[in-house]
Amino acid sequence: MIIDGKKAVWKDYQKEIADDRYYYVRSCVRQNFFPGSETAFLKIMREELNKDVYEHPCHTSCSGIGYHSDIVPVETTMTVVARQFAIMTEAGYENLMPSCITSFGLYTEILDTWHHFPEVEEKIRKQLKKATGREFDKPKNLAHASDVIFKFRKEIGAKAKYKLINKNTGEPLKVVDHIGCHYAKMFPSKGIGGAEYPYVLSGMIEEWGGQVIDYPERRHCCGFGFRQYLVQANRGFSIACSKEKFESMKPFKPDMIITNCPGCPMFLDRWQYVINEMEGKRYGQNGEGIPVFTYEEVAGLVLGYDPWDLGLQMHQTDCEPVLDKIGIDYSPEDKYNLETVSAFSKSLV
Amino acid sequence: MNKHVIVIGGGVAGLEVAGQLSNMGIEVSLIEKEPKTGGHLNKWYKLFPDRRNSSEVQSYLARIVHNNRIKLLTNTTIEKFKKGRGHFYVTTNNGEVLNADAVIVATGFDLFKSARKEEYGYGIYDNVITSADLEEKFQKGDIILKNGAVPETIGIIHCVGSRDEKVGNFYCSKLCCVTAVKQAIEIREFLPDSKVFCFYMDMRMGGAFYEELYREAQEKWGVSFIRGKVSEASETIDNKLTIKVEDTLAGRPLKMKLDMLVLMAGMEMSEGGVRVAGIGGLKTGENRFFAAVDNHTGSNRSNIEGIFYAGTCTAPMNITETISHARAAVVEVIDYLKDGK
Amino acid sequence: MASNKNKFGFDISLGRQINYDANNRNIAEYLFDKEPSMRRCIECGGCSATCTTAGFTTFSLRELMILIKRGETDEVYMNLKKCMLCGKCTLVCPRGVNTRNIIVLAKKAFQKSDEYAI
Repeated sequence: MIIDGKKAVWKDYQKEIADDRYYYVRSCVRQNFFPGSETAFLKIMREELNKDVYEHPCHTSCSGIGYHSDIVPVETTMTVVARQFAIMTEAGYENLMPSCITSFGLYTEILDTWHHFPEVEEKIRKQLKKATGREFDKPKNLAHASDVIFKFRKEIGAKAKYKLINKNTGEPLKVVDHIGCHYAKMFPSKGIGGAEYPYVLSGMIEEWGGQVIDYPERRHCCGFGFRQYLVQANRGFSIACSKEKFESMKPFKPDMIITNCPGCPMFLDRWQYVINEMEGKRYGQNGEGIPVFTYEEVAGLVLGYDPWDLGLQMHQTDCEPVLDKIGIDYSPEDKYNLETVSAFSKSLV
Repeated sequence: MNKHVIVIGGGVAGLEVAGQLSNMGIEVSLIEKEPKTGGHLNKWYKLFPDRRNSSEVQSYLARIVHNNRIKLLTNTTIEKFKKGRGHFYVTTNNGEVLNADAVIVATGFDLFKSARKEEYGYGIYDNVITSADLEEKFQKGDIILKNGAVPETIGIIHCVGSRDEKVGNFYCSKLCCVTAVKQAIEIREFLPDSKVFCFYMDMRMGGAFYEELYREAQEKWGVSFIRGKVSEASETIDNKLTIKVEDTLAGRPLKMKLDMLVLMAGMEMSEGGVRVAGIGGLKTGENRFFAAVDNHTGSNRSNIEGIFYAGTCTAPMNITETISHARAAVVEVIDYLKDGK
Repeated sequence: MASNKNKFGFDISLGRQINYDANNRNIAEYLFDKEPSMRRCIECGGCSATCTTAGFTTFSLRELMILIKRGETDEVYMNLKKCMLCGKCTLVCPRGVNTRNIIVLAKKAFQKSDEYAI
């Protein structure tokens, strides 16, 4: 591998990311999958980085999950998205920052569609006005929340309590980065590093002390695919995709996986359990699984947040092996103890 | 005929034009941006379809340069261009102003920059090389991997930068298929124990004796041809390459490990040509090559009277076609000069 | 392996990729050796177009030859038996591949397992 070659590709895919004053739209599924992630993100943005992040209780799912499941027609989805824009506009914000990769991809796709077909935008404006009385401006800047963490990775690194380094060996942890398909595969120019060698998570890993693993099936989809998973009969295909990835990354002995999509960590985490149940196979070291994290969770760990505050007890593949390698201070007996939860965790409820 | 013609570009086409004009007693100035004439040919080992040594054609062209009636300006580019009363005034980067009766543009082609097909990892993966890199290895007689080992399985990807909307090239570069076949045979000659696989979209064996060479590659050299566009390459833990392709004729996706991957880089309008087009106000086509006024009966004539094209600056061509096209350009120039404009 | 259908309602799908490195191509090597004209095939499908059997069954000599070359031979032998050895495929082949002999040899190769084990 010639790292300078990769750096040259990364240079070709820079994107503009707003500095401050973000309108944050949550994912519809992440709060169930990995409930600490978005809370940790807001804490990092507001308390560690002193950024203005605005949220509105009336924003909804972008309906992308329905769109990608062939349930919601695209025009309906566009109108729902237009309503999110309207809420942003009414609050006086211009920088849209979605939590979800599919939302990010969908917003990008819709803005691009409107760019090429202004008559569609006009129609959606009329529909929104008729249905809700609302009007909107399009966002000036659209960046996924992981783009924003990438932008401030050095600031986070500077405050780090822990590094992604094995405390016993002093070696960097071997980290697999998995990028949600809708981040850059549809619009490579909208992703940091492009679609073939995305840099958004690699940049965080490097900055926080880890070593990125480039394994052959790195670009492979996790297999979620919405309707592929949602229909039980199709799940064999969905899990086979994740298995393909695990088989491919196993020889590199990864210590952990880091993701930036709602679905990927869910499936890379849960499918490890299912594969083990079905075939008795595990892909980590010492007969363990490979712990899977969201980038917010990793940022939180680096900053020294309590693992249980970050919701790591919700992972099906135990994350303790990585916590131990890094040397993170945590209380094993409090993993499921609701009595000891901090104010931070309570804010989740 | 007491006339002066400027030829821009000292590759196959430019040298042929210069030599022929000079033989007819016309004063020629040949402008070449590199320190040496010969163009891409200098880097090539053997030529398809008969696999003669490229040095034979090189020495034919070199004899032209030694013709003392040609004023050779190497390390020279064009900065300014002016047409007035049937005369062309060309200012070079050295500040010299040349005055000519006609100009022949023979700026040739550039090889497609293979790193643009990011999914193949040229410049990133250790053992992904281009067709041009392989010719260099042939010349050295050293077909080895980055770690010094001898490759056992070699994959050749056709159409890299050709017939590919994603890089803005709709057209076929025409020579890469036969180059792949030639190189596959040469790899087998150098490395008799190797296995070679060509991944192609179509086998475009349109030239004389190309199809025969293809047949020889299959029959005599056991080269495997798999129809399908490779979608991506990755590096494995043991420093091999793994590729994904659909075997379209089996109707199934296929994956395999290879030691080395050779990318058949296509041909693009040269950067030098783009500059000359801009300076001279010359029209280019949708494929970005120079656009001749008539594809059938005037493929040497430009949109400006007195400026002519020769060779691959107008479209991908092999050497035979390039030399024919160059000679046709000479006829056009003579016609033009004779008419006394 | 016992099915997981009862436990989870689904199994892990098997890949349908041709895993070239994992496959055994002994039959292909045998055919290339005994009938070198097979190397010349360019997959034009002339043989299958004219084939009497192909018109009425899923038999396609072009496809079978490619599967043999890739080492995907699980269902090839059963399919080869459909050929009626009429010889029209050999008549039309533009590359002079002795298709009829390939079928005869392939059947033989699948039958004997000593020299070229399947």
